[in-house]
Amino acid sequence: MLADKDRIFTNLYGFQPWNLKAAQSRGDWDNTKDILAKGPDAIIEEIKASGLRGRGGAGFPTGMKWSFMPKEPPKDQNGNPKPSFLVINADESEPGSCKDREIIRHDPHKLIEGALVAGFAMRARAAYIYIRGEYIREAETLFAAVREAYDAGLLGKNAAGSGYDFDVFVHRGAGAYICGEETAMIESLEGKKGQPRLKPPFPAGAGLYGCPTTVNNVESIAVAPTIMRRGASWFSSFGRENNKGTKLFQISGHVEKPCVVEESMSIPFRELIEKHCGGIRGGWDNLLAVIPGGSSVPLVPGHMMMDVPMDFDGCKEVGSGLGTAALIVMDKSTDIVRAISRLSHFYMHESCGQCTPCREGTGWMYRVMERLRTGDAEVEEIDMLQQVTKQVEGHTICALGDAAAWPIQGLIKHFRPEIERRITERSASMQEAAE
Amino acid sequence: MAARHLEPDTPELRARWGNFAWNAENAEKAKEVLARYPVGRQRSAVMPLLDLAQRQVGAETNTQGWLPIPVMEYVAAYLDMPIIRVVEVASFYTMYNLVPVGRYHVQVCGTTPCMLRGSDDIMAACKKRGMHKGHTTDDGMWTLTEVECMGNCASAPMVQINDDNYEDLTVESFDKVLDALAKGETPKPGTQLPGRHTVEPVGEPTSLAAMVKENHDYRGEW
Repeated sequence: MLADKDRIFTNLYGFQPWNLKAAQSRGDWDNTKDILAKGPDAIIEEIKASGLRGRGGAGFPTGMKWSFMPKEPPKDQNGNPKPSFLVINADESEPGSCKDREIIRHDPHKLIEGALVAGFAMRARAAYIYIRGEYIREAETLFAAVREAYDAGLLGKNAAGSGYDFDVFVHRGAGAYICGEETAMIESLEGKKGQPRLKPPFPAGAGLYGCPTTVNNVESIAVAPTIMRRGASWFSSFGRENNKGTKLFQISGHVEKPCVVEESMSIPFRELIEKHCGGIRGGWDNLLAVIPGGSSVPLVPGHMMMDVPMDFDGCKEVGSGLGTAALIVMDKSTDIVRAISRLSHFYMHESCGQCTPCREGTGWMYRVMERLRTGDAEVEEIDMLQQVTKQVEGHTICALGDAAAWPIQGLIKHFRPEIERRITERSASMQEAAE
Repeated sequence: MAARHLEPDTPELRARWGNFAWNAENAEKAKEVLARYPVGRQRSAVMPLLDLAQRQVGAETNTQGWLPIPVMEYVAAYLDMPIIRVVEVASFYTMYNLVPVGRYHVQVCGTTPCMLRGSDDIMAACKKRGMHKGHTTDDGMWTLTEVECMGNCASAPMVQINDDNYEDLTVESFDKVLDALAKGETPKPGTQLPGRHTVEPVGEPTSLAAMVKENHDYRGEW
């Protein structure tokens, strides 16, 4: 088990104040100037060496992402240099995910210091933190923490005495899951509907206001200062090859004690649940299925999940994904078809309407799922549904279409007999009623 | 996509909201918001300003607030952008209320993690008190909405009422929250589970025990 001294988010549960003074006595903003003095390239190399992969779901190597930013600013049509931007994705809306909220309301200075370190490394002029609109109190804390950092000279002109000018702004969303997609987030920041852009151009070339932009998850940014202080080799001493570091796990659903906890990557599923969640409600034999990485990844039957190392590769090997490490645990009392159907409703509600396969497909899939839930369908419709998910997947601008398709594919793959049972039972009872 | 509609643009609506303008406090706030974005990019401020406008309408009507068309026009003029671009934004994001709402907007999360922890019971408790999804009660007190995941999954089920979250709800603790609000009191936000602080595992800490009592600095142990 990860030792407390190796946890990055020591105030995760908010037992202590979030303010600057308390954060500094926990080690934040401790000589940030020295970190910046290493220079942008050295910081990027250190983050690369640490093995940090993006914590927002896709797991793209963070250091490499930063290195895509231009070293010399591109010029606009008048020959003036364009600024670069860091956008921090705090639009945490994936069902099951609830980690960035804890960072923001209990340890906001880790995020703000990370914004300076990352922004400096990618030669950005400013960072925008895009926080989901529903995090109302959390945003209040974040605004106040940014204010504190300015007042202490840690942001703004000559930030933290480094000689580098850097601003951090907070932008509140207003209730749209899709804005967690990086180009939709940029559109939203520009004051438009959050509908994803076609790529290329990628944000590192033309992002916010047409300027080079990198979008990173809150957790990826917030761990950066600690990695710089303790070194890449410290961070990479946790987890398996290719899956390094510590990670915030969020466990919801049918465990005895749902919680958010920082653990080392690759911790086996059973160990994570036993140590921190008091086991499965009703015992391990009562485990039905787990969605290991937030609603967008396929579910995994309980018996397959037991010894899975909780990391990118481990979850992939059982046909799912680590995503944001948001584990939704379901025991045998769960109506599994309804659990997935409710997610289909979520994607129908959150489709931005831009691409037809997603706009029409998510509603269609939800309606069929609801009929499968009650058994009011033909067995052949299961295959038809599977086929439609394949027609949505990969045929849209962003990954929301894929995310809507995968949970249904996972259900059909692992629980087809249960769906068929409902159909047969219902038609039998209709037959009886007719006779 | 969420099905939403605008409140009709009637002479009565114009009479009530046609003269909408920032109050003194919000005029200052609006300037502060504009300063967050580069010169010439003031359109970026449309989301925070719509929120500010909705809050001002809320304060004037003693409700959570909503966005009548004349108010959107005011924001459009303030930012020098076409009204349709403002309506596009207001109708895209679900936190902007396009029709009037009650004093308290009860938003019950019904997505799978909350569903697994009993959001059906919470929804039933709302119905028992005379609330219906998508409607405001006749006394103007409660508007009920089923919302999608609010990101409080480790303390589910949860309900957001205006600006505060109430988590780890049971029907009993939820009823207490609503009773308190009905009486004009301010119930304690956050988890309603006795003995729980935020999202730690209930009971003995499984990690960071030293942090419970003091602001522990772990650097000495590195």
